[in-house]
Amino acid sequence: MGNLYSGAEIVFKCLEDQKVEYLFGYPGGAVLPIYDELKNHPSIKHILVRHEQGAGHAAEGYARSSGKPGVVLVTSGPGATNVVTALTDAYMDSVPLVCISGQVPTHLIGTDAFQECDTTGITRPCTKHNWLVKDINDLPRIIHEAFEVATSGRPGPVLVDIPKDVQFAKAKYSKPKKEKKLNGKVLNRFNQKDIDQLINLMSKASKPVFYTGGGVINSGPKASELLRELVSLTGFPITSTLQGLGAYPGDDNQFLGMLGMHGTYEANNAMHDCDLLINIGARFDDRITGKIDEFSPKSKKVHIDIDPSSINKIVKVDLSIVGDVSEVIQSITKTLKKKNLNLEKSNKQKISNWWRLIQKWRTKESLNFVNSEKIIKPQHAVQRLYELTKNQDTYITTEVGQHQMWAAQHYKFNKPNRWMTSGGLGTMGYGLPAAVGVQVAHPKKLVIDIAGEASILMTMQEISTAVQYNLPIKIFILNNQYMGMVRQWQELLHEKNYSESYSAALPDFVKLAEAYGCVGIRAKSPNDLDEKIQEMIGVDRPVIFDCHVDQDENCFPMIPSGKPHNQMLLGPKDQKENKITGKGKALV
Amino acid sequence: MTKSRSAYSTPSKLGKLDTHIFVIWVDNEAGVLARVVGLFSGRGYNIESLAVAEIDHKKNLSRVTIVTTGTPQVIEQITLQLKKLVPVHKVANFKREDKKVIFKEMALLKIISNPVKIKKALNACKKYNPVILDQTKKSVVIQITALRREIDKMSQNLKPLGLVSASRTGAVAMTRGAEIFN
Repeated sequence: MGNLYSGAEIVFKCLEDQKVEYLFGYPGGAVLPIYDELKNHPSIKHILVRHEQGAGHAAEGYARSSGKPGVVLVTSGPGATNVVTALTDAYMDSVPLVCISGQVPTHLIGTDAFQECDTTGITRPCTKHNWLVKDINDLPRIIHEAFEVATSGRPGPVLVDIPKDVQFAKAKYSKPKKEKKLNGKVLNRFNQKDIDQLINLMSKASKPVFYTGGGVINSGPKASELLRELVSLTGFPITSTLQGLGAYPGDDNQFLGMLGMHGTYEANNAMHDCDLLINIGARFDDRITGKIDEFSPKSKKVHIDIDPSSINKIVKVDLSIVGDVSEVIQSITKTLKKKNLNLEKSNKQKISNWWRLIQKWRTKESLNFVNSEKIIKPQHAVQRLYELTKNQDTYITTEVGQHQMWAAQHYKFNKPNRWMTSGGLGTMGYGLPAAVGVQVAHPKKLVIDIAGEASILMTMQEISTAVQYNLPIKIFILNNQYMGMVRQWQELLHEKNYSESYSAALPDFVKLAEAYGCVGIRAKSPNDLDEKIQEMIGVDRPVIFDCHVDQDENCFPMIPSGKPHNQMLLGPKDQKENKITGKGKALV
Repeated sequence: MTKSRSAYSTPSKLGKLDTHIFVIWVDNEAGVLARVVGLFSGRGYNIESLAVAEIDHKKNLSRVTIVTTGTPQVIEQITLQLKKLVPVHKVANFKREDKKVIFKEMALLKIISNPVKIKKALNACKKYNPVILDQTKKSVVIQITALRREIDKMSQNLKPLGLVSASRTGAVAMTRGAEIFN
């Protein structure tokens, strides 16, 4: 007979067999048996956060920067409800998370017991799957299955709810089984015919464009390498979504920059005018497509995605290839090479006209801004940050808003898994805890959260976590005292009625840093920006960098809502006439 | 041109709506119906009728039948989203007009009336495989199986004859001939 283990022991045996190194969590009544067991498992380190939402985002940062699932441990009731935002965020951005939550003892479920909530009910729509473990004998199987579900196919969060009596109960332990695919959910459904069809389209195209997304990152570092090979083999231009940044080098000449609402002029025009659009691991999000009826009207569309339900969800495509991005790209490249089709050469004539057009769009320099010598422009701050950190392997997280878009536009990524941002859900407060998770995964690397002063206050408490574990994260706040993106929309669409978007009574971030036991730095003038950034990089402790930037700056270019890709609003250089008539400026 | 004041695009034109019947094989476990139904409500799909019961005790399988309406794109999405749910094994869907598939609903109708009218009521039900489940001098409970619209019509027609209560199931479906759902 095998040994009997308590539920709490089984949880850790499962985590050990799943090679989990870090747990992000917060203790409470209904998970105490698990916390009691923690001391017996030295290979698993627990990171104590200050709020369960922080645990979730930290686990997301850990997962996205390392490629491994993030594990969260929270108590019942408020512990579970606090983590819901992070679970939803992970669900939207396909981040593998395994959340273990405590629950009141089985016999009290349904009685409105202390700290009871219907955790599996609440998290059902924001997880790939969840389980309430009512029988201790199911526990090992369920936890192993949870890891399988979280990491296979399109990754995502899962939750295992374990009542306290089950944590005490005893059962045998079983190792993870090499499971047959869950209920026949096959991942790769493409065949050579699909690939041949794609190559046929590619060889006929005269205005092709690759549109790549987070799926490339999720497919692992190999996918990014394969993508680079494919792009150079074809000579096609490539643009990326917010989540896909880093899969292809941001400073490469074939890269058109990010597309979408705040994407570059050349990327969006290429999307609009192309005759072949190859979507690799992206999902035609509404921030990307703009007006659907006028989205890329002249193109044949190909969609490569691991999730069959992403196909034809928003945009009807001509060819769909359901499979893991690396495997699909590998087949494409293999076939190209076998057929000895060097598209770069054979298509050169046709594509060179296309490139000439793109070059013309590029001369618009749509990311340009009017710099100032008196006041720090936020774009300038991000550019300087990039220039001063590009010589080392830097990891960037962001909050949500204008600063996020400026970071995406002006910070160039060369490697996958270096860019962690909340895209789908758009969660303000994501970046700081995510940076904690990234730094846990990469203790020696430079980790910077490019933040806004409004976002950062939503999860500010996690700086305390960073101090506790000596995680030298850098919080780079572009402080304009406004919820900048809200202010921008109010300026453009609501007649400059800046309703509740100004934060009066902001804290003194330098003093706040000192209160938390980390370092505070303030920059107010462009002249000392570089020096201050250098100082920040040089400190081997957590830093809050309060960068005072222009309050009126807007994020351009942008596609106004309900407009197609080729009707972009460009920056101030291009709309000087607007600027003069914009008499409302005085109101700001 | 009116200026959009939203950060979201305006809706584009809706396609033609069709009625479809979904047949879904699921693990018979706690919460599975909530997952299926939650997918419909969460994504804004509607459910016209629902029938669910265990069909294989040994394999622990239940069969869910859902009638819904949607554009072809929505119907495809429902299929693909359902297939992603972990406890879902198989999903079949077909149009209501599909001649290869039978679907039926059952209704229990209680009539309280005089013997003459009760007789009339029984006569009226003749086409729909009536079974008398209970009968007294003043009342009768009739079971009929028919299509939704037929039952709708019967309920209307039986009202003057003393129909006081009707209890109906959702539609269930089965293929004709030797074919099975795949």
